[in-house]
Amino acid sequence: MSIDTLPPAGPASSSLAHNQLPRYTTQIVLVASLAVGAGLSAVFGGFSPIRFAVLSTLVFLIVNTTLSAVVEGRRKAVDKLVTALVYTAFGIALVPLISVIWSVLDNGLERFSLDFLQTSMRNVTGLNDQQALEGAAPFIGGAYHAIVGTFLITALASVISVPIGLLTSIYLVEYGRGRLARAITFFVDVMTGIPSIVAGLFAAALFAVLFGVGTRNGFAGAVALSVLMIPVVVRSSEEMLRIVPNELREAAYALGVPKWRTIVRVVVPTAISGIASGVTLAIARVVGETAPLIVTAGFTSSINTNPFSDWMMSLPAYVYSQAMRPLSGSSPQPSFDRAWAAALTLILIVMVLNLVARLIARLFAPKTGR
Amino acid sequence: MTTTATPPPTERRSAPPRAKARPGDRIFSRSAQVAGILILIILAGVAAFLVREALPTFTADPSEIDGGEGFLSYVWPLVFGTVAAALIALVVATPLALGIALFISHFAPRRLAQGLGYVVDLLAAIPSVVFGLWGIQWLAPQVQPAWAWLADNLGFIPLFTGPASATGRTMMTAGLVLAVMILPIITAISREVFLQTPTLHEEAALALGATRWEMIRMAVLPFGRPGIISGIMLGLGRALGETMAVAMVLSTGGFTWSMLTSGNNTIAAEIALDFPESSGLKTNTLIAAGLVLFVITLAVNMFARWIVSRRSEFSGAN
Amino acid sequence: MSKRIDVGDLNVYYGSFLAVEGVSMAIEPRSVTAFIGPSGCGKSTFIRTLNRMHEVIPGARVQGKVLLDGEDLYGSNVDPVTVRRQVGMVFQRPNPFPTMSIRDNVLAGMKLNSSRMSRNQANEIVERSLQGANLWNEVKDRLDKPGSGLSGGQQQRLCIARAIAIQPDVLLMDEPCSALDPISTLAIEDLIGELKQNYTIVIVTHNMQQAARVSDRTAFFNIAGTGKPGKLIEMDDTTKIFTNPSVKATEDYVSGRFG
Repeated sequence: MSIDTLPPAGPASSSLAHNQLPRYTTQIVLVASLAVGAGLSAVFGGFSPIRFAVLSTLVFLIVNTTLSAVVEGRRKAVDKLVTALVYTAFGIALVPLISVIWSVLDNGLERFSLDFLQTSMRNVTGLNDQQALEGAAPFIGGAYHAIVGTFLITALASVISVPIGLLTSIYLVEYGRGRLARAITFFVDVMTGIPSIVAGLFAAALFAVLFGVGTRNGFAGAVALSVLMIPVVVRSSEEMLRIVPNELREAAYALGVPKWRTIVRVVVPTAISGIASGVTLAIARVVGETAPLIVTAGFTSSINTNPFSDWMMSLPAYVYSQAMRPLSGSSPQPSFDRAWAAALTLILIVMVLNLVARLIARLFAPKTGR
Repeated sequence: MTTTATPPPTERRSAPPRAKARPGDRIFSRSAQVAGILILIILAGVAAFLVREALPTFTADPSEIDGGEGFLSYVWPLVFGTVAAALIALVVATPLALGIALFISHFAPRRLAQGLGYVVDLLAAIPSVVFGLWGIQWLAPQVQPAWAWLADNLGFIPLFTGPASATGRTMMTAGLVLAVMILPIITAISREVFLQTPTLHEEAALALGATRWEMIRMAVLPFGRPGIISGIMLGLGRALGETMAVAMVLSTGGFTWSMLTSGNNTIAAEIALDFPESSGLKTNTLIAAGLVLFVITLAVNMFARWIVSRRSEFSGAN
Repeated sequence: MSKRIDVGDLNVYYGSFLAVEGVSMAIEPRSVTAFIGPSGCGKSTFIRTLNRMHEVIPGARVQGKVLLDGEDLYGSNVDPVTVRRQVGMVFQRPNPFPTMSIRDNVLAGMKLNSSRMSRNQANEIVERSLQGANLWNEVKDRLDKPGSGLSGGQQQRLCIARAIAIQPDVLLMDEPCSALDPISTLAIEDLIGELKQNYTIVIVTHNMQQAARVSDRTAFFNIAGTGKPGKLIEMDDTTKIFTNPSVKATEDYVSGRFG
């Protein structure tokens, strides 16, 4: 053991020890800024949460940075400023998130009930709404027809998109070579960028040519949604198929298994959890699409279970029509309430789909034994 | 591009063990190929039907088009509105998104970061119509005083000319709603590339005596730049094509420079608002406008890709 | 320029796990000190505590003292950023910034502190540092090309140039040659011999011949078993460690008889 005796530590003038602020400076400045912000906002035109937040943040940014610049130097000050800005950015981003969820819950729960989910809008008029507001009649009207419509249209869109998307991704990963594969990859990318309203216009134009101008039904809506859904399915499945280790394929070939059986029995099952959760997420994405359905499936207040004829309501279109065209112009509140309740229903459906996707990914993941 | 996951099928078939090629293989590979070709057909169909239905607009007498002065003068205010709303969204969302992405990747405690990433993804899952509803009923009244203040104090700038709309249903508000909608897109992509920054580069910067921010500027941002740009461009593409937020929030009208009064409209919102009740030439005109939107978003996406592929020499791919 | 390092009874923890226990040593200025020992014995962990780079790993912390010319690196008002400017580090795998040119890579550290630097000054620093890293003649015609285009050995020398551009007092090298071929390794070893004139150099290496070739003093670390902390077994002049070590475990290790 060679241990030198340590020289006495800490000479007076140190090149390492920079001037540093005490450890809790930031926290103290933060609390002080909140107090000052509250005071300032009270002085300038009365207290409001927004004014308080903005002023406090500004005070904190200025004081904290200046203090650091004076004591610790420019570089440290810049570092602290950026840190504070990054935290601020995150704080700002929380505002819309919380406020969207809060307003949907707060406004939506008012009318969200089994009744709402089980009745349609047939024969509900503005007069009912006025009477409901005056307390003369019960609140009626729900979103059953829209839920049925959304379910049928989305299911149809999935039936169209999933086989096409999955087979295409198999082609790209397992067979695709040369110009055709490159063209497909390129145009799938192009398709990803199609605005949803353009997809709707395409379906509308297609059906206008095939079945006459002004044709609107659930199937046209499903076609529009498919245009949006196919590239998502291709992309996610392709990604999942690509991470299947090549050794598995080679092991199957070495056993004399033909290629198509290798794909069906080995490759796809290995990737199935990822594919299924990708498909579920794609469904969750199109279930909330509004614009393409407005121009293809139209609006109605009655239940329609046949997607191949007549207009069909969907949940997003229901939200839109209740919010923008209330039944009663003079007392729109019941319609607004219905819009919020439908928005809540829609969000619940999307969240459930997202959760299901996560569950699928976890439950059906290949067992690794770890 | 396709990676060489398996040897090309032609090579495998060159010395078949059995003379008869497996029919299962042929059927399967052919159907996979057909599915791929179907996508090309669908896309060709989208283009063909849009062009076909849009054509009457260009052959029709200019006086018959909405506004009476031909398609170009009909569509350019809509293009202006589309671009303006998207730019407002981009200006607001980009710095915020980069901040959040950095927060999740380099500032937040590790355990918290994953949860936060999930929360941001949640924002992306909310349907656009819900954002529209939120924008018109909650956000518009909240931000109206801010617009009034802007119009009073910065009214000399053409974009802020007053008087500000009393309902708050303006381009600025629509742009804000769009910003909230594209925030998760830019955040998610930037976060992914920030997290992929090689530890080696981060440590190299720290070992030179860089502060956290200097390390981010030296190692993380340069590495993530192509990712950031493609995230921004994807967000822009989404903002350009987004319909419902604008259709619901904006109180539409004719062209005006001011972003604080009602007026202006975007292509997507114009289609959503007018198409259901349109007929005849108006339908064709709207489809032609849709075609213009398609071309714009296509150009943005292509541009994004070109930027990402450029300067690959310095990209750190090797 | 060159400073001495004294370590007093240093423990390194990952969370609650004690990774390195009770290390005390003195490292002389203008000398090369090599750390040898089996994998997982804490050499790399320990060398990182000499410029506080271990703090990059979540949960890592130390107890004890590390004195740089008598100043404690872990003093209450010491900023790790300042420490790292004085104690430079070269890593196992060469890591030039891929987005920067060779020139910018060398200047990366300089640009942090003095944002205003005349072009002449900058050129001077680039040339001096690359000369110092024996790389100047190979790259002087392509200073604006990306650093990632160089060979592995050249990249590592570029990293050394980057580290010495800010004129640190100490240069830590964590297995700097383990990713390189023998010829590049030789180039780096020659370079270490020259750098010793100006810097205190600490090098972690798995290669005992390398330790014998380049270092003046050698420290042998060992670990009693998995889950046990690494310890400093013996530190002495390199010739003594390799010919006549005073601890049996050291002799077993350097002679290749290690378990």
